[in-house]
This record gives sequence, structure tokens and C-alpha cells, in this order.
Amino acid sequence: MIYLDLLIGFLKVGLFAFGGAYGAIPLIRDVVLSYGWISDEMLTYMIAVSESTPGPIMVNMATYVGSSQAGFAGALTATAAVVLPSFAIILLIMILLKRLLKDPYVQAVLRGLKPCIIGIILATGVFMILQRCIGSFSDISVDPTAVIMTAVLAAVYFGLPKIAKRALSPIGLIGISAAAGIIVYGLI
Amino acid sequence: MSILPDLFLTFAKIGLFTFGGGYAMIALIEDACVEKKRWITHDEMMDVTVIAESTPGPIAINCATYVGFKQKGYAGAAAATVGIVLPSFCIIFMISRFLDNFLEIAWIAHAFQGIRIAVGILILDAAVKMIRKMQKRPFPLAVMIASFIAMLLVDIFALRISSITLMLAAAAVSLALYIAKGSVGREAAGK
Repeated sequence: MIYLDLLIGFLKVGLFAFGGAYGAIPLIRDVVLSYGWISDEMLTYMIAVSESTPGPIMVNMATYVGSSQAGFAGALTATAAVVLPSFAIILLIMILLKRLLKDPYVQAVLRGLKPCIIGIILATGVFMILQRCIGSFSDISVDPTAVIMTAVLAAVYFGLPKIAKRALSPIGLIGISAAAGIIVYGLI
Repeated sequence: MSILPDLFLTFAKIGLFTFGGGYAMIALIEDACVEKKRWITHDEMMDVTVIAESTPGPIAINCATYVGFKQKGYAGAAAATVGIVLPSFCIIFMISRFLDNFLEIAWIAHAFQGIRIAVGILILDAAVKMIRKMQKRPFPLAVMIASFIAMLLVDIFALRISSITLMLAAAAVSLALYIAKGSVGREAAGK
């Protein structure tokens, strides 16, 4: 049943989403692709939309996936499921376990989790870029337009703070890439 | 204004006006809850941030739950948390009804082709920033590199291993190392 799947899928995301907004993206990608809810391509569109609208990215993506799979009730289920673990854990810590996070065993678990999440986020970013540039790995075909656009956008995003002393915001990069997409894919 | 609606509206306003989530929201929450409303002190705000970094979920939600509970128990926690989620829920729900139709318009589809590339770069950037902040000691570096390689292989060969499995494995290794070190320490102390 779709509501139960959404509930369990997004409870898992909410429970394991250490490492902030981007830590949740690999988890959401896992859940969404394993249930076959949404394609990899549609998922990147959703990430962009979630990044460009107010609110935490993780919550936005849950609402989006839930809505696309099962309408309003689905959106409500997925959003509640993704929020519930962090809500419950904070209450638990405040009421019962003020010292929980200082416990050496909990600390040991966190020492393992945090670098692992960084590795997973890095792999997700690298994989998304590779996939865009060379297509699927079973049938490699280099897309020169995508390679050039990746190089130019990365140069702008990472280079601008060094030259202009002013960082480009994520929304700024999404805006520029959208304009570049319209020009490159539309006119050429 | 009584406290429950006040909590709800204050956090709804924060939810409506912060883009990108995460640390951008911390600044707004600090401004509203510490400076203006004096619901929590600056030190408490620092505490929440530390707790939020060690617990799952968006920092903004952790903060909302914390402040709400401090002010008015469970009802306060619920009011603040629903408040911070509700605005983006409504916005995203409406967008999700229309995006498929939008994507049939050629120039919007082209724009999203470009945006796909930006999303990869943003995720890469988030990882790079985390690597810069992380402790450069052998254990975390080894876990990070091993997780990176494992996850990349999982993605490339479409293996049925979830990132949660990797995280549990990393946590288990770290815990086992800690316990092993402890027992070695006790033996040494016993002799």
C-alpha cells in the first residue's frame, strides 16, 4: 500500500538524515529509486525546486514525492514521516536523556556516522555529474554539451568567490544554469 | 498574543522566508527567538545547534521543537514544529500539482536540463565544505574515503545496497573499535 510505503520510506529518511539538508538527498534518492516512484532525472528537478523554495530541503522533497505518488494524503504522510523522528528525538533528549549525546558509546557511533555521510554525499554528487556527462555506465556515450556546461558552471560557482569576494548562492547558480539551459538546449 | 499562536506564527514566518534551509534558518531563528521574543538565551541556542548536529533531521525543525517545548511543553513543541513546516508544505504541494505540465513546455524543459547540472555541482560543493570542516585524523578520513568508494560502486553498478546499510556498517566499525580499545585499556590497568 502506497501510504504505508511512504510512511516507512520517509521515516527511514528522517531517522538517518544526519549531516543536514544534503545528507538527506542520498537517502531520499535510495528510497525513491528502490520503490520506483520517480526517475533519477525527475529527482534532480525536485532537488532544484526544493532548493529554490523556502523551507528545509528534506521536508520539501518529502512533500513533493508524497504528493506525486498519492496526492494530498500522500504529501501529508511523507512530510509527517520525515519530520517525526527528529521531533521525537529532540523531545526525548530534552525530557529524559540530557546526557545521552555525551555517552561515550553514542559518541563512538556518531564518530563512525559523520565521516560516512560525507563520503556518501560526495559519491552522490560525483555520480550525478558523471551520469549527466557520460550517460549510463553500461553504455557510455559522452555528451560534450553537458561536459562543457558542467565545466563552465563549476568554474563560475567555485571561481566567483575568489575573484569577486562574493559567493554565488545556490539559488543564484540554479538561476544561471536555467538560463544557460534555455540558451544552449533551446537555441543551439 | 497567547503563547501557542505566537509560537506557531513566529515559526511559520521563519519557514516562509528562509530559502535553502540549514544554517540560513539558524540566523533567523536566533534573531526571532533570542533577540526579539527572548524565548531562549544565546547559550541555549548554541546548545540546540550542537544537539541538532548530532541528531537526524533538519536543524530548523530541531530548533523549533526545542524552543516550542521550552515555552509550552508538548503543545508548544507541536505548534512550533507544524509552524515551521506548514508554509513550505503548502508551496511545494501546489508546485507538485503543476510541475509535470510545466515540463511539457519546451523552454522550461530546457531550463531544467541546465538545472540538473547545477544540482550535481551543489551536492559536490556541500560535500567539499563538510570535508574542509572535518577532523583530518586517520579514522574519519578512512571511513569517509571507504564510504565514498563503496557508495560510488553501489551507484555505478546499481547494487541493491542502501546508504543506510553503509551508515550502519560505519557506526558498527567505530563502536567495535571503541569497545576493543576500552577492553585493551582495562586489561592493561588490571596488570
